Amino acid sequence: MRDGNALAGPLSDLFLPDPTTAWRLCPGCGTDAALAALHVYDQGPAAVARCPRCSEIAFRVARHPGQLWFDFGGGGALRFPTT
Amino acid sequence: MATLTPGFHGHRRTRGDRLPPGQFLTEDFPVLSAGPTPEVPLDQWEFTLTTEDGGRHRWTWEQFLALPQQEVTTDLHCVTRWSKFDTRWRGVSLDTLLEGVTTHARYALAESYGGYTTNLPLADLRDGKAWIAHTYDGEPLAAEHGGPARLLVPHLYFWKSAKWITGLTLGRTDRRGFWEQFGYHDYGDPWREQRTWND
Amino acid sequence: MSDWSRAELRARTPESATARTLHLTVDGWPGHLPGQHVDVRLTADDGYRAVRSYSLSAPADGDRIEISVQPAPHGEVSPYLAEDFPVGAGIEVKGPLGGWFVWKPGRPGPVLLVAGGSGIAPLAAMLRARLDLGDDGPPFHLAYSLRDPGQRWFGALLDGVAKAEDPAVTAACLYTRTAPPGHPRPVGRITAADLDLPGFAPADGALAFVCGPTAFVEKAAGLLVHLGHRPDRVRTERFG
Repeated sequence: MRDGNALAGPLSDLFLPDPTTAWRLCPGCGTDAALAALHVYDQGPAAVARCPRCSEIAFRVARHPGQLWFDFGGGGALRFPTT
Repeated sequence: MATLTPGFHGHRRTRGDRLPPGQFLTEDFPVLSAGPTPEVPLDQWEFTLTTEDGGRHRWTWEQFLALPQQEVTTDLHCVTRWSKFDTRWRGVSLDTLLEGVTTHARYALAESYGGYTTNLPLADLRDGKAWIAHTYDGEPLAAEHGGPARLLVPHLYFWKSAKWITGLTLGRTDRRGFWEQFGYHDYGDPWREQRTWND
Repeated sequence: MSDWSRAELRARTPESATARTLHLTVDGWPGHLPGQHVDVRLTADDGYRAVRSYSLSAPADGDRIEISVQPAPHGEVSPYLAEDFPVGAGIEVKGPLGGWFVWKPGRPGPVLLVAGGSGIAPLAAMLRARLDLGDDGPPFHLAYSLRDPGQRWFGALLDGVAKAEDPAVTAACLYTRTAPPGHPRPVGRITAADLDLPGFAPADGALAFVCGPTAFVEKAAGLLVHLGHRPDRVRTERFG
């Protein structure tokens, strides 16, 4: 298992601001955590990011040949810092 | 244009009578998982087979172990490209579990403790091709490898062999599972290299 | 920054009997913050590709970057990078990546670095960036948990910190199995006492960075929170 820091690369193809510094309020258990602090299971076919407290899926990312897949999973709003 | 990395081959991918295309042989038993390992006490474990009409057939751990058991030695092929030869399992054939179950379903969705799912044609679970396995290499199946019990469907990529299985729901229509909804192949035949939707 | 750039290997230097630091130059490298990482992409001649993440173990220095690699037994990428990747050859990198596990050198307030094994790599970049500030920088302490003296990466950097005897920048090795003769700390896993340090308490506004294997990170971050550090001021990066 790793954590959300490892997703900065694949997510940089999707988001312009670095998404690993965004915060996510878990709709399941109410935990507020930076994406970098999510637990990431990426030994399998794709990366599954989960709430560090209740393990609900926050989202999934997969690099398939010629396609990048993103699944919003259990949802939860992402908050990006702005200036 | 891709930059070639001189001398980099990755794990040596070879092709032979027993190794499907794009696979490499490993002696390890890699642990791949999409989430935390569920802990399932045996006295709470159960396996439920649900037909397309909602009929339920349920086994406790004791009832499950009282069913006829089979020994299986087989090769495994994971979509992350490792293959492992001659793995030894013990478990209950799906033929045994489906005996006496009346169904016209064509598809099955395997459901696991922890929320994982995977879909298969029901025909691929019949005729001595699939088991619910509880023993690996003579020892109770370790939780990290899917214990107490996992589905074993070795002729398909190993993500179809759901760890921590607790149910099988039969249906007339195909419902995609955890990875199949996420770009992985609906069927997953390693010999035809059916890894993703495009294969 | 989602493009892959070509990086060229300039030199490879040892950190232990098996670990190596790779010194690379990257065309058009924009610079980076201590703690950031790169994704590295390798392409075999049959088109097979592998991508791995490596922390940058040195602060920004023009087009030069460093990554430090521990070869994993039966690993697909790390043994190649540590042993076989030829000097002068190219590889693809994407980065710098990550905005969470970073220390911005202008930030005031003490910093506690907690490393487990090869988790020292991004923390070494932070420590070097701090040393570059000289007398103007905030207090830094590194607690480095490692198995034995043979696994001590960045030896010259750590020796330099010890030799300078600057009370504002300190480092302690926490040996878990074998310590060098005369080492003041008993051998053993990290404890609260290793992290309960004057000047680095929650009341001092300390920011902690913890990097290492998952079990180590859980343990060390738990100790810090137990000492009263706010969870959002304990930044973690875990692997394996």
